[in-house]
Amino acid sequence: MAATETAAVAPDRVAPRRKASALGLSTITPASRFYWLRLLLQNPAAVASICFLLLISLVALLAPVIAPVEPNFVNPADRLDPPSPNAWFGTDDLGRDVFSRVVYGARISLLVGLAVMVGATVGGSLIGLTAGYYQRLDTPLMRVMDGLEAFPSILLAIAIMATLGPATEHVILALTVVYVPNIARLVRGTTLMNRQQTYVESARAIGLPDSLILRRYIFANSLSPLIVQGTFVIAFAILTEASLSFLGAGVPPDSPTWGSIVSSGQPRLQQAWWISIFPGAFLFATILATNLIGDGLRDALDPRSRKR
Amino acid sequence: MLAFIVRRLLLLVPVLMIVGVIVFTLIHLIPGDPAAIMLGREATLEQKEALRQRLGLNEPILSQFVTWFGNALRLNFGESLFMGMPVTEALRERAEPTGLLTLYALTLAVLIAIPAGVFAAVRANSPLDRLLMVISIGGVAIPSFFFGILLILLFAVVLGWLPSGGYAGIRDDPIQHFKYMLLPSLTLGFSAAGLLARLVRSTMLDVLNDDYVRTAYAKGLRERSVVVLHALRNALIPVLTVIGIALGGMLGGAVVIETVFNIPGMGRLLVQSVTRRDFPVVQGAVMTVAAVQVLVMLLVDVLYVFVDPRIRYGGD
Repeated sequence: MAATETAAVAPDRVAPRRKASALGLSTITPASRFYWLRLLLQNPAAVASICFLLLISLVALLAPVIAPVEPNFVNPADRLDPPSPNAWFGTDDLGRDVFSRVVYGARISLLVGLAVMVGATVGGSLIGLTAGYYQRLDTPLMRVMDGLEAFPSILLAIAIMATLGPATEHVILALTVVYVPNIARLVRGTTLMNRQQTYVESARAIGLPDSLILRRYIFANSLSPLIVQGTFVIAFAILTEASLSFLGAGVPPDSPTWGSIVSSGQPRLQQAWWISIFPGAFLFATILATNLIGDGLRDALDPRSRKR
Repeated sequence: MLAFIVRRLLLLVPVLMIVGVIVFTLIHLIPGDPAAIMLGREATLEQKEALRQRLGLNEPILSQFVTWFGNALRLNFGESLFMGMPVTEALRERAEPTGLLTLYALTLAVLIAIPAGVFAAVRANSPLDRLLMVISIGGVAIPSFFFGILLILLFAVVLGWLPSGGYAGIRDDPIQHFKYMLLPSLTLGFSAAGLLARLVRSTMLDVLNDDYVRTAYAKGLRERSVVVLHALRNALIPVLTVIGIALGGMLGGAVVIETVFNIPGMGRLLVQSVTRRDFPVVQGAVMTVAAVQVLVMLLVDVLYVFVDPRIRYGGD
């Protein structure tokens, strides 16, 4: 393998490193291992977003404690009540408490967002590493990814949901399939770049097994962009799950989700705006916060992107 | 140039093939007997057998694929299970609203995003720049169906200026047509506009720092002509790719928007077909949209050459 012509800034593998590789943050010098975290915490939008998401996570975890009423409890006496101290977000056309439903809806959104992120990151990394490192597998794997990416994401998700039928785990599976190509492309790119580096060449020269080279020298150096992209995948997944639920092609109707509550409120917009507006606002805020954290992480982890 | 286009067209075949395999596979991933699931619980054995015959599910899988893909290439996706008409017919009836919606949305997005991005770049870090960028970040994050509902609430429910949903054909009643299409197009165009505006801004900032822009200023040209004639044209190249990608996103977004605004387009047909498990229609609609998107990307590649004469594809 030819040496690269540019003097690449290789991670400092000269001195014995203690735990940096275990943390996977090998591109950061020991003295400033958490420098990016400090940078992130200096970004007010990111800090506000982290606080908001922590709050939403807490609400989701403690939903049974926080929700005043069972989310599917039907109370015909209190139909379409506007927001009041008794029902903060009002009630819907069946007399269900919108606040309780929104609280439970947070569970689905966050669960789907995180699960899809994990699934897409693991699946996409494996595919990306394989395609980037073993050139014989590159073309077949990436052509399949091209094919998956030829569909608008919501369309592919709908098609998969049509096949599998409504269930939360099917939504997670469908969205994972939708977002795997995105991560695979990213990891393949960094893998192609890293495998040209002299430290990979020397690792190969001293006879390290492929699995170790891939893990410690190639994957570890893909982590920064992967973390950033993973954050955006959470946001996309939450958005697409909500769209699926809105269309009635997502999670089964008995569990309230933000998308399905917005949808159920649409025919009542004239009399009861609150049914759609509150869950929609939470959805918007959650996606916005996740995006802002992604932007913040990108700025903190990749100094080159911090131009303007 | 011609050689390049021909080669790109040939490259379409494997991509469409993979797309076809994915769409074809879907029907075989249905857990259990697809015929039983499509027909529902009360179907008799004979009905199920007849459907299996009709869909060719009893054939070996490879020959099923060859038949299906061959038909799909000739735009024949079989008969709808519910509408009693060929899928292609059903799709064609609904192509106009979807096509026009996407077209209007794209036009609006470009008309909003390019001036906004240019202004933001020319007056970088001004309050206007900040405001435009905040709006564009919001535009990316807001779910389109929720933005649509907000617009309905404001313009239909509170102000009563525009209908909250429905459709009129452009040839039947152009005025009503535009009234019905304004909010949906705005909804669909908004999120793409956010993304585009951010991109226009950042590429414009790059270009505005280039030497020839300084030269143009030094020659004493007015800012207007420097920005529009020198900078914008060069900033548009990466924007063109994103417009292509955005168009794909819009084709997907149209599925959601048509449901929000009750527009009888391909997207709503798809959603309805998913609920009633009309698989030939689902396959046909998904395949059609994916094929259109692939063609759009090809078109973008070709347009590059016209926007930037420096780009020369090998073989010329």
